[in-house]
Amino acid sequence: MLIGIPRESKPGETLVAATAKTATQLTNLGYDVIVESGAGAHADQADAAFVEAGVRVGTTEEVWAADVVVKVNAPTDDEIGRLRRGATIVSMMAPARSPELIERLQAAGVTALAMDAVPRISRAQSMDVLSSMANVAGYRAVIEAAHEFGRMFTGQVTAAGKIPPARVFVVGAGVAGLAATGAASAMGAIVRAFDVRPEVAEQVESMGAQFVELDSSAFEDAKSSDGYAKEMTPEQEAATAAMYDEEARAADIVVTTALIPGRPAPKLITAETIAGMRPGSVIVDMAAANGGNAALTQADQRIVTDNGVTILGYTDLAGRLAAQTSQLYGTNVVNLLKLLTPEKDGVLTLDFDDVVQRGLTVVRDGESTWPPPAVQVSAAPQASAKAVVTHKEPKVPMSAGKRLGVVAAAAAALFGLISLAPEGLQQHLTVFALAIVVGFYVIGHVHHALHTPLMSVTNAISGIIVVGALLQIGDDSTPIMVLAAVATLLASINIFGGFAVTRRMLGMFSRS
Amino acid sequence: MLSIESASTAAFVVAGLLFILALAGLSKHETARVGNSFGILGMAIALLATIAVAVDGGIDALPLVLLIATVLIGAAIGLWRARVVEMTGMPELIALLHSFVGLAAVLVGWNGYLHIEHHPHGADTAALEAADLLGVHSAEVFIGVFIGAVTFTGSIVAFLKLSARMKSSPLMLPGKNILNLGALVVFAALTVWFVIDPTVWLLVAVTAIALLLGWHLVASIGGGDMPVVVSMLNSYSGWAAAASGFLLGNDLLIITGALVGSSGAYLSYIMCKAMNRSFISVIAGGFGIEAGPADDKDYGEHKEIKADEAAELLADAKSVVITPGYGMAVAQAQYPVADLTAKLRAKGVDVRFGIHPVAGRLPGHMNVLLAEAKVPYDIVLELDEINGDLAATDVVLVIGANDTVNPAAAEDPSSPIAGMPVLEVWNAHDVIVFKRSMAAGYAGVQNPLFFRDNTKMLFGDAKDRVEDILRALD
Repeated sequence: MLIGIPRESKPGETLVAATAKTATQLTNLGYDVIVESGAGAHADQADAAFVEAGVRVGTTEEVWAADVVVKVNAPTDDEIGRLRRGATIVSMMAPARSPELIERLQAAGVTALAMDAVPRISRAQSMDVLSSMANVAGYRAVIEAAHEFGRMFTGQVTAAGKIPPARVFVVGAGVAGLAATGAASAMGAIVRAFDVRPEVAEQVESMGAQFVELDSSAFEDAKSSDGYAKEMTPEQEAATAAMYDEEARAADIVVTTALIPGRPAPKLITAETIAGMRPGSVIVDMAAANGGNAALTQADQRIVTDNGVTILGYTDLAGRLAAQTSQLYGTNVVNLLKLLTPEKDGVLTLDFDDVVQRGLTVVRDGESTWPPPAVQVSAAPQASAKAVVTHKEPKVPMSAGKRLGVVAAAAAALFGLISLAPEGLQQHLTVFALAIVVGFYVIGHVHHALHTPLMSVTNAISGIIVVGALLQIGDDSTPIMVLAAVATLLASINIFGGFAVTRRMLGMFSRS
Repeated sequence: MLSIESASTAAFVVAGLLFILALAGLSKHETARVGNSFGILGMAIALLATIAVAVDGGIDALPLVLLIATVLIGAAIGLWRARVVEMTGMPELIALLHSFVGLAAVLVGWNGYLHIEHHPHGADTAALEAADLLGVHSAEVFIGVFIGAVTFTGSIVAFLKLSARMKSSPLMLPGKNILNLGALVVFAALTVWFVIDPTVWLLVAVTAIALLLGWHLVASIGGGDMPVVVSMLNSYSGWAAAASGFLLGNDLLIITGALVGSSGAYLSYIMCKAMNRSFISVIAGGFGIEAGPADDKDYGEHKEIKADEAAELLADAKSVVITPGYGMAVAQAQYPVADLTAKLRAKGVDVRFGIHPVAGRLPGHMNVLLAEAKVPYDIVLELDEINGDLAATDVVLVIGANDTVNPAAAEDPSSPIAGMPVLEVWNAHDVIVFKRSMAAGYAGVQNPLFFRDNTKMLFGDAKDRVEDILRALD
């Protein structure tokens, strides 16, 4: 199959969906690749570089006639018109926010795969363009801030006086937030970061920043099942507002990254807070494309407030590192196509049993498949790894009715047994049943370290069978006496040995 | 009126309660020693009461001498074994002790038969017949002998496997489940027959069947599953005692046997959950690991490390987690490991232990060994407690563990140990694996951990290597 890499039509776009390196990797999967002339011009991928890598460079028409078209931004109406029926288009599409795009893709009778709809599970990380772009953007946000900020980031004591380190406050500890945190602390700033998901505190600290603790029980449920933070409830917002105000005022640089999928970005930094910030401070609002986290943010604009605070609303932060981002995006594309080309024969196949492939397919052969069924992903990394590797159905806990039924059946059986038993046996059975239950409950919460001592003590106790042997030893019959004596001997070894060895073991446990 | 009879009944109740307190006490560190003392006290009361009843019943001089002599000899042997046993040899000893209970139960059952059914005209037989309990008695004899015999040979096999006197790989007879099931069916049929016509050859037959069944049940189970087996046999020995209690109409035996039986079963259940196995299939004994598919997969090259390099790695680490396995017990490495722990802690390194629930050959085996070597128990954590912290750990020392740290369990659905919870040591920054050679673990499954980029192999005897590290650290 032929893969076409067109030049991005969006004004000012610097990215390209394949570099010479990733185009070669696509060829290795069995595909023919054609790149539109000038597609990589802004990402240090000249046509010559593609030609050198053995990739064909062609015209717009040639590229759009391909079986699979891979680009960065969602296709425009004009571009959709160029696609042939039955072709596959791969790009970022923001399908949740673009119903009209899905309709047009349906009308065009194509298959559409949204790179930005890859489920956030471990296995799919290698195709997650949002993560790779957010990573670059977070880094660039700090660079932009440093560019605007009139001071150094790192603190120094020089002959000409002391330079205080810059204070950076990062809101949101997703990929972008963590990348910004890492970049800022690598440059020597004092970084504080906050996220509504308290479990990311460790990740923040691992990047060299302090996590802003917010002691409130209102945040217990802020984790959502799809790996993103949820929009906060009004109570939570009230609880955090004061913190945002305080932290932002104390900071020289504020980087905000708070996004909620499918909804406008939450307003976290109010106009009053901005008014209270020191002149020369910089806010980089990475949520600008979705309305911004700061009150005065304007998308794609650099504005300076009356009190000298610079607010950057750039939405192309990743694109400002075009070569790097294109390489990452291209690699994500290669990883996706690896998944879609299991035979490496250059034939793209979609397997809807695979949650990843199902999740990112927006339109299949002119039929809408959006939205996909929810994929449960925990934000905790180990948990998401488990979600992928264990294909077993989770055990369904017994329903109350079923449990009741089982207990009732057991009770009926027991009732039958005891009621039918001869009188002499009844009392014994009663004792027996009760002792079983006691045995179950009495060791219910045994400490794991005590398993061996517990076992050796129960072993010693089961030597109680000596009682039986002792009662028989006085029998008149010699064989009975001999057998009973042997039994007594064995059981005695058990009793004394068991208790003594338990005692010895327990004597060894000590606490530091 | 207070008579020997009523006093002994009261004593039995008190003893039973003391046993319950003993088990409850053993659930916590703080109360464990008191719990053991309760158990000893209960046993003393039970023994004294029983001897009092025997003496009161007009026991002859010979049996009385025999009684005292056997108890004393048994006590001497038991105390001697308990004193000299190596802590690494605990599993064998406990398995052997279980077999004693099983054999004693068989003997008591046979005695019951000889006393009643074999003397159809005796006084006790007549009394039972009058109460219409003779059939019940016969059934009790049969069941008691059966459970006792299964426990006996099962424990013997477990003992032989644990002490390496017998090959630990599972015995694979064709149709082993049918064999087990068949034995149970035959047992049920023979029970009915015996109740109708209590002849001696039926009892011989059931004893033989039960002995073979016990042997087969445990022989079919691989050495790696021994912790569950030992715990299961513990439970069986309890049921054997309870069956004897029914036979003799003695409530103390019933209470104690049921206590041990159900607590042992519950303990096995906990362990089964830890190994991701079905409890029912364990009790049925048909749960030996199926031999894994031939493992020709190419995992790549492993990397070696020398003791002095390992020492450097440890000295530079902030946090270290040690995950011991049976190999540590075999090499008797717990003392040098404890020294290493103390030395690293003195340097300010945060050292903790991660214990897999089935590490070793007995539940809690590793805890006992580490306690013996005076490792403080509050730094010894279990699987769930440590797993989340492993990613933030600088160095993990895997000492003689293999299957319990195998990433295949978590990542390879086709692996024979798939789904078993494991210590996720591969998430740590560096992993050092102490191992004799590159041979596969007990489950016979190759371990991809050894070929990971962050894993380094330290070959040789675990004890020697840890001592080398200790020297290098000085």
